Amino acid sequence: MKIIACIKQVPDSEAKVKAEGGQVTWGDAPLVINPFDEYAVEGALQQKEALGGTVTALCIGPESAKEALKHALAMGADEAILVSDPALANLDSVGAARILAVAIKKIGDADMVIFGRQTLDDGSGVTGAQTARVLGWPLLSLAASIKVQDGSVTVDRVIEEGRQTVSGKLPAILSVVQSIGEPRYPSFMGIRKASKATIPVWSLADLSENAPASVVARTELMNPPSEEVVCEIISGETPEAIAETLADKILAEKVL
Amino acid sequence: MNFDLTEEQRVWKKTVHDFVAKEIKPKAREVDENSEFNWDAVRKGGPVGLLGMSIPEEYGGSGVDSISMAIAMEELGWGCGSTALAFAAHNGLGTAPLANFGSEELKKKWLPLVADGKHKLGALALTEPGAGSDIQGGVITKAGRQGNEWIVNGAKMWCTNASIAEYIITLVRTDPRGGSKSLSMILVPTDTPGLTIGPAEKKMGLRGSPTHAVTYDNVRVPLENLVGPEGRGLQQALATLDAGRIAIGAISVGLAQSALEAAVDYARQRKAFGQPIAEFQAIQWKLANMATEIEIARTMIHKAAWIKDQRRPFNKEAAIAKLYATEMAERACYDAIQIHGGYGYSREYNVERMYRDARLMTIGEGTSEIQRLVIARHVLASE
Repeated sequence: MKIIACIKQVPDSEAKVKAEGGQVTWGDAPLVINPFDEYAVEGALQQKEALGGTVTALCIGPESAKEALKHALAMGADEAILVSDPALANLDSVGAARILAVAIKKIGDADMVIFGRQTLDDGSGVTGAQTARVLGWPLLSLAASIKVQDGSVTVDRVIEEGRQTVSGKLPAILSVVQSIGEPRYPSFMGIRKASKATIPVWSLADLSENAPASVVARTELMNPPSEEVVCEIISGETPEAIAETLADKILAEKVL
Repeated sequence: MNFDLTEEQRVWKKTVHDFVAKEIKPKAREVDENSEFNWDAVRKGGPVGLLGMSIPEEYGGSGVDSISMAIAMEELGWGCGSTALAFAAHNGLGTAPLANFGSEELKKKWLPLVADGKHKLGALALTEPGAGSDIQGGVITKAGRQGNEWIVNGAKMWCTNASIAEYIITLVRTDPRGGSKSLSMILVPTDTPGLTIGPAEKKMGLRGSPTHAVTYDNVRVPLENLVGPEGRGLQQALATLDAGRIAIGAISVGLAQSALEAAVDYARQRKAFGQPIAEFQAIQWKLANMATEIEIARTMIHKAAWIKDQRRPFNKEAAIAKLYATEMAERACYDAIQIHGGYGYSREYNVERMYRDARLMTIGEGTSEIQRLVIARHVLASE
């Protein structure tokens, strides 16, 4: 079983993200592996443990994204590949899907490609689906469990209406949700392996691709309007009196 | 000269920190209050490599360098003194002598078992009711050969992990004539008949780390359970303690760091005379002193660990690091309580526990007095 886990590097969830001069910035907040993608790596490793085979972590990003790939290696992935090219700086999800599809083909012989449910930064949650479309492979999204048998894969999907069991032929694209299992901590043995690993970097030239044009153009970027918060302490003789004043004020503000 | 951690050590520090923040620190109060060992930390810490730090990879360990070991012990101490002490006793005392001096058969049989987190831990029994710092003269627990077996008789005290261990490596006298070549180490599985592990001692702090008296009444183990050559027990014990001192110092740095963080948080939010108390110089000086001493202790711990990794004698540096770090941790926790005022004396706040936990560090694995003795010997011999 050859499994590819697609991951992305994103600003830490505690980063203060804002718009500045038409660009998104997060100051000097640390960059981490997209937390949802840790579940993708975990799901991939579970399948490797159950079925044998290898797990390859794949990422599009700048040189710094090697850190996210090393996290996947430290968790137990066998190899990691970074697709990096200055021309890919402002990639949208359609473009990312096209590049990922080419990279997945170049890696070759993949049985399963696993995504996290969404990223923490753009959060579209559609890159996996779009990659499936480009490759023409079945998509099994929002999987809470994965079972592979006789060349097909069956997953339990977690959707608003409840649970849904679907299956598809391999090779297939999957996305996983948190119920797949808590991502394992990297081990010292994994960290040692990761710190010694050389991560191949594929440019657009290596993939024989041009930079995909953006389908969506971002014409303006603004910070959300700032909110003015006024705090008022209500005092009164008795709890009942305080509650009455509070109720009056809530009604006056038309909150209720 | 380079003070930076390697990439491996840097990532390891972050990994252990994240692990401890999520799995160990939130349970620190509970394990202390209930005197319950945090087994969950063992189950989850095994796969991370926290139980095999002294064990080479071929025996299922993570075989980390001494600085990485110090980093992990500091982070564990930052999270929970009790769990940190149990892990230190397991890695530094329970498994290190076996990994360093044990036979191939013993290593293959026991090390993978205690490194994986699915089983119990390792323990080392040195101290006796009448033998603490004076191991060479004081140990009366003895072992004699009979056929294919050792027969062990005697009693040990203050054995950390005894009730949560697969085996206890026991320092015994194998030559009744005494002297520096009269002691040996023997591995005694905890299910061996004749071995009795007493109830957990009622301690001032570190209540989530069980410590026991252990008695040996005609305990029979195979001759092959000898750890290292017969007669080398004292030397093996002293070498083990040297490394253990770095670990105890590192736990102390973690406790102090945690106390500092708690004190900073409290000083920022507690108001007096119309401003947060962090604005007062009296508080700032305390915080500055804590931060300074923590940094000095951490640097000395790393230096001692680094010298050990260079395979040079580190006995003096380990003693200096342990002495300074452990006494520093007590000062830091004292000041953290002082900053908290009355609340700091209450069990509702974690600094109260840290103060109790820190108190042991100047006693276990060589008291401050013994550290000064060791340091003075080096100073008088060379300067």
